[in-house]
Amino acid sequence: MLLSAIVILPFAAALLIPVIARAGAGASLCLGGLSTVMALVALLAQAPLVFQDGLVVERHAWVPKAGLDLAFFVDPLGLLMAGLILVIGLLVMIYARFYFGPKEAFGRFMARLALFQGSMLGIVIADNLLLLVIFWEMTSLSSFLLIGYWSHRADSRRGARNALVITSAGGLALLASALLIGHVAGTFQLTTILGQPDVVAQSALYLPILILVLFGCFTKSAQLPFQFWLPGAMAAPTPVSAYLHSATMVKAGLFLMARLWPILAGSEAWFLIVTTVGLLTMVVGAWIAIFKTDLKAILAYSTVSHLGMIAMLLGLGTKLAAVAAIFHLLNHALFKAALFLSAGIVEHETGTRDINRLGGLWRAMPITATLSTLAALAMAGVPLLNGFLSKEMMLEAAVHADYLGVAWLVPLLATVGSAFSVLYAFRFVGRVFFMGSGRPPGELAHDPGPGLWLPVACLIIPVVAIGVMPGLVAQDLVAQAGSAIIGEDPPVFELAIWHGWTQAFQLTLVAMVAGLLGLWVLRWLERLHAGLWHPSGEQIFGKLLDAGSCVVAWLTGRLQNGSLQFYLAVFCLTGLALGITAFWGGDLSAGTRPLMPLSPLGIIGWLVVLAASGFAVVAHQNRLLALIAAGLAGLMVALAFVAFSAPDLALTQLSVEVVTVVLLLLALNYLPKTTPRLRPLRRFGVNAPIALLAGAGVGAALYALLRRDVNSISAFYTAMALPAGGGANVVNVILVDFRGYDTLGEITVLAIAALVIYSLLQSALRGAAARRLTEWPSSAQAGDSHPLLLVVLTRLLLPMALLVGLYIFLRGHQAPGGGFIAGLIVGIALILQYMASGYAWASRRLPTDYHGLVAVGVLVALLTGSVAMLVGRPFLTGGFMHLHLPYLGSIELASATAFDLGVFLTVVGVVLLVLAGLSRMARLAEPSGETGPLTIALDRGENQPHRRTEDVGHAPIFGSSFARDAADPTAKEPD
Amino acid sequence: MIVYASLIAMTMVGLALLLNLYRLLRGPDPIDRILALDTMTTNVVGIVLIGGVLFNTALNFEIALLIALVGFISTVAFCKYLMRGDLIE
Repeated sequence: MLLSAIVILPFAAALLIPVIARAGAGASLCLGGLSTVMALVALLAQAPLVFQDGLVVERHAWVPKAGLDLAFFVDPLGLLMAGLILVIGLLVMIYARFYFGPKEAFGRFMARLALFQGSMLGIVIADNLLLLVIFWEMTSLSSFLLIGYWSHRADSRRGARNALVITSAGGLALLASALLIGHVAGTFQLTTILGQPDVVAQSALYLPILILVLFGCFTKSAQLPFQFWLPGAMAAPTPVSAYLHSATMVKAGLFLMARLWPILAGSEAWFLIVTTVGLLTMVVGAWIAIFKTDLKAILAYSTVSHLGMIAMLLGLGTKLAAVAAIFHLLNHALFKAALFLSAGIVEHETGTRDINRLGGLWRAMPITATLSTLAALAMAGVPLLNGFLSKEMMLEAAVHADYLGVAWLVPLLATVGSAFSVLYAFRFVGRVFFMGSGRPPGELAHDPGPGLWLPVACLIIPVVAIGVMPGLVAQDLVAQAGSAIIGEDPPVFELAIWHGWTQAFQLTLVAMVAGLLGLWVLRWLERLHAGLWHPSGEQIFGKLLDAGSCVVAWLTGRLQNGSLQFYLAVFCLTGLALGITAFWGGDLSAGTRPLMPLSPLGIIGWLVVLAASGFAVVAHQNRLLALIAAGLAGLMVALAFVAFSAPDLALTQLSVEVVTVVLLLLALNYLPKTTPRLRPLRRFGVNAPIALLAGAGVGAALYALLRRDVNSISAFYTAMALPAGGGANVVNVILVDFRGYDTLGEITVLAIAALVIYSLLQSALRGAAARRLTEWPSSAQAGDSHPLLLVVLTRLLLPMALLVGLYIFLRGHQAPGGGFIAGLIVGIALILQYMASGYAWASRRLPTDYHGLVAVGVLVALLTGSVAMLVGRPFLTGGFMHLHLPYLGSIELASATAFDLGVFLTVVGVVLLVLAGLSRMARLAEPSGETGPLTIALDRGENQPHRRTEDVGHAPIFGSSFARDAADPTAKEPD
Repeated sequence: MIVYASLIAMTMVGLALLLNLYRLLRGPDPIDRILALDTMTTNVVGIVLIGGVLFNTALNFEIALLIALVGFISTVAFCKYLMRGDLIE
């Protein structure tokens, strides 16, 4: 339980922080910090066991069929990484509390940070490859959110997007590799896979697996040529850069390479790819870092360089190199996080990160200067600090590396990289703190409060402690973590300051001297660099993305060229091809069912439908006529449904027809009255045969189907509706019980569609569309806006229609009806009020929160389904009982009724939501006049132009409806 | 007897349907067509009712009620559109 708690705690914090964020930054920090400390305690509680047994495992089944378990394990490597994530996370959280101004949404930041922390912990202790990939993707996503935290800045958005595209492309590759590994090893269990290293190493799929894994790791850890996203990610707030982009997330790739080291390393391909990429990244990154003037850019490129160095060490494939890699990973996390946080302090105090504008800050900020200098010296590899030890170890490993028979290449490049890093480290502290006038842009710069520098100090303490007493502080941890990587006992090594006059020490000295000499000739180097060609990875990537979208746009343009004729032709041809293929091998004999007699009315109905369709074809350019034709066809189809004993369908068809006509007419007012002219019969010769063939094909298929007795599932449904579903209306039982899941999905889609329509229309109320609307030519206006007869009639009709709706709803389970039809009827009754009495009148009397109605509908349906789960049945299992009440007789209570209520509410909400959206447009185009319903001409002559037209004054014509107005206090409210 | 009466009545209403169809196709005004559609809705109510008598089902009367209840709304909407342009003012 403790292991999953480590991962769950940050996620819980991420969920809770937004809830309490209003309580202030302190509360958010407390919650985030508390979860981190608790996770740390849980981790440390495992530590003795880990060091003793080497492994602690915990497993819960999740999706066993897919091989996906919630499985975690902690070994010394995981312990080290998780410890880093938690400790640095805690320090960064405290730092961030004081870094952000009071106006920043600190709660949002903390929630995202906690989300990242949980995902990162998941990566390092997951014992299931698929689970690891999931967490991996989650770090990409949370990193995207954190880089884009200042979403109003273009560079933030660009950096976030690039990081997301690059790292999630890597994530996809990683998923593929995980599936391949699972296929080869027969399990996704990491511990099992690592226990049998030869299975993967000797499989035929080794090379694809290796390349995919490395693609994932290189993108995540910003290796060449993917390094450019990391400097781009520096647009993030500095705590994020310190935490994600130097200490933890970018180490995920290296961690995974270390984790899979036993099964992947050791081959020629591994050595060549990883060492080459690592070396290049190390040297190129360090070279670029020398010339950057933005503090964070220097640190970003230096991070790239150090990541390259660790990758190179892992690539060498020797055991000592692997130990050096993990040791440097630890050291780099400590000093680079400290450096980033110091850079954040400098920016915080002086308002700039440009080293050309900074200088001599050590007088104003002695504490920051001391801490930064120590961290930078560690980065340069100066003795008595931790960087020195791991760099010497790195050089030691490099000395023994043999690159394709060239013994001097790796040591040379490693030394060059080290020299560069000495150079940029000294340049960094020198330009910011020691050289220059001591008159920085912020003249009032001073050391910040302890909230900012104390976290840095907490990071510097281990930097110095490891540097001074490596044997005591780090030896055991590094040895254990190293053995966890290698899978067996590590080679004998000793962390000490003095190993004797070794080659590695000589190379360290050379790098140090070369670096210092480089400071001497810095101007010359800068000129040299300016003359070189420097490609911008970001620009190249941007061009690639643009080219990609061009291709996609071209392809989409060809396939979806906007011509409905083209779509229809493709659709019909595909259908024809499929149909012909099926006909070819099928039974071509006539069916056995007898034909039914033709009734005169049947012929008439058939003629009318034909005429309606033909009329639609002829008159389609006039949209109003097309709508009339559609209405006629709908009417006749409804009649056909009645004739063929499908009353449910008939009712639905009728109500849908009405709603469609009303909504389309609402929209038609703001559309051209005729459709654009089609290219007149240009492809008639092609299109007409296609249309005829498709029509004939569908007719033939129908004829064949109806003449045969086909075994279908309907008989089962008919037989089971009453005994199993408790309803005599098979259609309704299928909808709300047998196929309740489908219905739930459908109403959800309906709700989404309504929301989309609403928001699309909402956006039409702004900008150019809104201007067009306000200039919309007013259409012909004849007669009253609210004809008296219509108003009176519709008000009388409302209660009756509602009653019919209720009746149809309640009896739906037993006889034709149900939530969908009832919802439409009630919706129509309400629409009618809007049409007759006007928007203002109706919306004052109706709840206008249709979004809420839709949501409640979907939720009611969902909750009804969930009740079944409470009693241990599958989701959406229906239940029913019969109640015997006096006077009312037997009443059936079915859970399906509650589900149907959800359907009902959703439908009503959807209809009214769309209506409200469309009529908002109308009101923008034609601001409503003074007249309300039942305005009587007498009113206009009097000297009361603003008098509300519904005032009680002229009430006495129709008692009932006016009495309601009088009782309604809102009616008299002035607008 | 009632069967023959219903059948004859149904055919007559069917013929009315065809005559209305002629008006709908012919026009010439949109108003003519809308009126024709409205009358056809009424015809359908009639057919459904006669069908109820013929097959002795109560269900048809409910359907007829519903058609009568909602059917005229399309007509109102069409007319309002033609007269005012805007359905909901």
